[in-house]
Amino acid sequence: MIAHLLLHLLVLLLFAPLLPGVIARTKARFAGRQGPPLLQPYYDLLRLWRKGFVLSRTTTWVFSAGPVVGLVVPLLAALLLPFGALSAPLSFEGDLILFVYLFALARFFTAAAALDTGSSFEGMGAAREVTFSCLAEPTLMFALLVLAKLSGGLSLQTLFGAHLPAAWGSGAGPALGLILVCLFVVLLVENSRIPFDDPNTHLELTMIHEVMVLDHSGPAFGMILYGAALKLMVLGSLLVRLALPWNSGFWLFDLLIYLGGLLLLAVLIGVVESVMARLRLVRVPQVLIGTSLVSVFALVLVLR
Amino acid sequence: MSDVNSVILLVVILLNFFTLGSARLVACIRAVALQGALLALLPVTVHGFSGHSLILALGAFTLKGLFIPWLLLRAIREVRIRREMEPLIGLVPTLFLGVLATVAAFLFADRLPLLLEHQEGLLVPASLATMLTGFLLLMTRRKAITQVVGYLILENGIFVFGVLLSTAMPLVVEAGVLLDLLVAVFVMGIVLNQINREFATINTERLSALKE
Amino acid sequence: MLVALILLPLLPAALSLVLPWYQLRSWLLPATGAAHLGLVLLMAGGAPPTPHSWIGLDALSRLVLLVTSLLFLGCAFYAVDYLAMRRDRGNRVMVPCLLVFLSAMTLAISARHLGLLWVAVETTTLVSAPLIYFNRNRLSIEATWKYLLLCSVGIALAMLGLMFVGYSALGGGAAASLHFDWLLERAPSLSRPWLHAGFVFLLVGFGTKVGLAPLHSWKPDAYGEAPALVGALLSGGLTSVSFLAILRAMQLMSAAGDQLMARQALVGLGLLSLLLAAVFMVRQPDIKRMLAYSSVEHMGILALGVGIGGLATFGALLHLINNALTKGCLFLTAGNIQRAFASKHLSEVRGALSVLPLSGGLFLAGFLAITGAPPFGPFLSEFTILRGLFAADRPFIAAAFLLLLAVIFIGMGATVLAATQGEAGEPPGRFKDRLLLVAPPLVMLLLVLGLGLYLPEPLRQLLEAGAHLLEVRS
Repeated sequence: MIAHLLLHLLVLLLFAPLLPGVIARTKARFAGRQGPPLLQPYYDLLRLWRKGFVLSRTTTWVFSAGPVVGLVVPLLAALLLPFGALSAPLSFEGDLILFVYLFALARFFTAAAALDTGSSFEGMGAAREVTFSCLAEPTLMFALLVLAKLSGGLSLQTLFGAHLPAAWGSGAGPALGLILVCLFVVLLVENSRIPFDDPNTHLELTMIHEVMVLDHSGPAFGMILYGAALKLMVLGSLLVRLALPWNSGFWLFDLLIYLGGLLLLAVLIGVVESVMARLRLVRVPQVLIGTSLVSVFALVLVLR
Repeated sequence: MSDVNSVILLVVILLNFFTLGSARLVACIRAVALQGALLALLPVTVHGFSGHSLILALGAFTLKGLFIPWLLLRAIREVRIRREMEPLIGLVPTLFLGVLATVAAFLFADRLPLLLEHQEGLLVPASLATMLTGFLLLMTRRKAITQVVGYLILENGIFVFGVLLSTAMPLVVEAGVLLDLLVAVFVMGIVLNQINREFATINTERLSALKE
Repeated sequence: MLVALILLPLLPAALSLVLPWYQLRSWLLPATGAAHLGLVLLMAGGAPPTPHSWIGLDALSRLVLLVTSLLFLGCAFYAVDYLAMRRDRGNRVMVPCLLVFLSAMTLAISARHLGLLWVAVETTTLVSAPLIYFNRNRLSIEATWKYLLLCSVGIALAMLGLMFVGYSALGGGAAASLHFDWLLERAPSLSRPWLHAGFVFLLVGFGTKVGLAPLHSWKPDAYGEAPALVGALLSGGLTSVSFLAILRAMQLMSAAGDQLMARQALVGLGLLSLLLAAVFMVRQPDIKRMLAYSSVEHMGILALGVGIGGLATFGALLHLINNALTKGCLFLTAGNIQRAFASKHLSEVRGALSVLPLSGGLFLAGFLAITGAPPFGPFLSEFTILRGLFAADRPFIAAAFLLLLAVIFIGMGATVLAATQGEAGEPPGRFKDRLLLVAPPLVMLLLVLGLGLYLPEPLRQLLEAGAHLLEVRS
């Protein structure tokens, strides 16, 4: 049990920063550049960890709590989630609600930390972030509901259980395809990716997530970056498990399939970021409502 | 084969949503073209390869997938209109209505006294949903060209239902259907041009001199 | 023979495209119309259609064919002088379109296959669009757009109805067909829910073409903006043809033993049409739009009559003839009045009787005829429908019918009298009644008068045979 838990966390903690590295490399290749080394995010984290803090005098403990919660929440969420065929260390009926709201908690603290600085600029970012994620939440919920309907259970472990390969082949295949697309959109939104947000932009008009973390520095900023990578991996795990639902029976092999799937996903995100332009801010809610509706439609498909 | 059908019909429904939610006319027309082209595959995927289904598929593909979209694209190039600026109901609300209509279509199709071999599969609900989408577009949009797009989607929905019957109905009628559709759009296109010449816009909103 | 009749107008239509002489091209119309009518009269007798025939004539189609052909001939003569006046607009589009329109209507009338019927009706829509657009101004384009869009949607729904009917026949395992006589034979074994759905969609779809309320909204615009002779052809010919399509659906329902539902639907739509027409006709300042609403009203009367059944069906079929001819007369004379005053609005049209004694007088007489004043034909047919209502023991509907007719009489009377009586204010234009512009409406009115006084025996038999087709066969 303990070994299992440790393995789970170890995989998560060690592997997660690789994903942003892969994305950055993919984008660089698309642009015809050499790009940073794959392990660059690890170096960045180490460097940030060695730096000092700068704390504004107007801030309170809320400001420091933001990055901490942002780091802890993906770790907790990961415990509820099976990594590929590796079962989840913690599992109980209804944990999918906890899973969704853990992220809401993290968002709350990030937004609160941004507001705590008292800067109107960060306040704007917080407002945007909260708006968009509240629009993305229904999609996630409906997608999980579809899976719950198919599996008959209410825990993430059963949702992503061994019935998935059969479900793909049966009449539910189209619905699963739809929610796969919807979850991908949610992944892009939640991780501030193009076409919804641009992690590299520093233009006031377009920034969403990035603007909220401007005031953090040193280890706090490192925690934010690390938390973002963990979040990407956790949400990505949903997609990977859905798309590659096979169990080989041998845990090491399963783990390799899973990690390979994650790398593929990172490449895919890189490709999407390279070929798409950022959406105008007013279009983002429309697209998100659209995906919510599509996931509702997927739910109807499996309910009928 | 039934998997292929489901995927085609699913994409058709998603394209319905797309046209409802999109303000760009070019994108709408492209979506309808894609929809028509996909639907053209249905006779073959549902009934298998035969001379009859191949002819129907080819005819539908050329008309719905290529010719009519080309006509429409040419029309909007001539009138230089790009967007549906002010739909009667906003884009997002129509999208909502569209999804509601689709859900209703699915629920309703379950209650229909269909023949046994048609009870599974998405053919009937997709057809109903597509027709309702067409109506929605016809009712909520003001640009003449979007109304034509709505009409085309309505026709597409009817076509999906017609696929159920395509072995039972003689080819002549289907040819008539396709041909009439073509001519209808053609005539509408000419009228569109005239509207543009007379009014310097293709807003049907301006067409309101005749009323009580 | 029938094929020849359908193809007959196509030859002059092709000819008209290459003929260089304006006047001769116009004269193609009455020549074709006369030949058409002659052939129709020649084919008065003939064998009933067989189960797998594509075209054929039964009593109903003979009736409608006769009416359409007569009306077309009248309008064709009118067209010669009309087009001579409108040389600025040309007749290169008008003449072939009118001829193809005649051919399509003939095909729709004689079709014994529902799919063929559908194709023919759709063709009439498409060919008549350029006719409505004849004047090429803003208003006519608006009218054409509404006409095309609404009728296309209607026709698409009719297609759906056809498919539902086809689906209802699919159950038995045998190959289904849309041959009308085949369907009639198998009607009792058709799947009920699908047949009902099919009927509803056919009613809505073809009802749009007929102009039954609430799907009539294209009608005032299209009739108002189209040239008078096109208005006459649409309101007398095309509506009758589309009504025939509804009668076909009705026949199918009767054969399946589900007449009740079909009748209720028709009665409901008929009363609604009467009501809406009455509402819009009161204080209507535009004489052509008034005629359009009158057309809605009379389509309502037809639907009501057929919906009630029995004697009323006979009355409705008789009324179909009366309505077509009277409407022809009214539209053609209204066209003359419009030309003389350069307006069709009451604000400018005054004292038509003193300016155009013939057209004005005919218009006034036509108004009396259409509103059911004796001794004209519509009086007889409306009275028959009323008797049918009482015979069927529907006194409330009869009362509503009478009340609405009275309202319409008053509303229409106010407009028509204002237009015809009084002093002509401004000095009118150079327009004078010409022979060919007045003779066709005069002949139509005389025919209507004749029908009111004496119903010829062969026609009575034809009407009875038609009414018999619509009754339950048990």
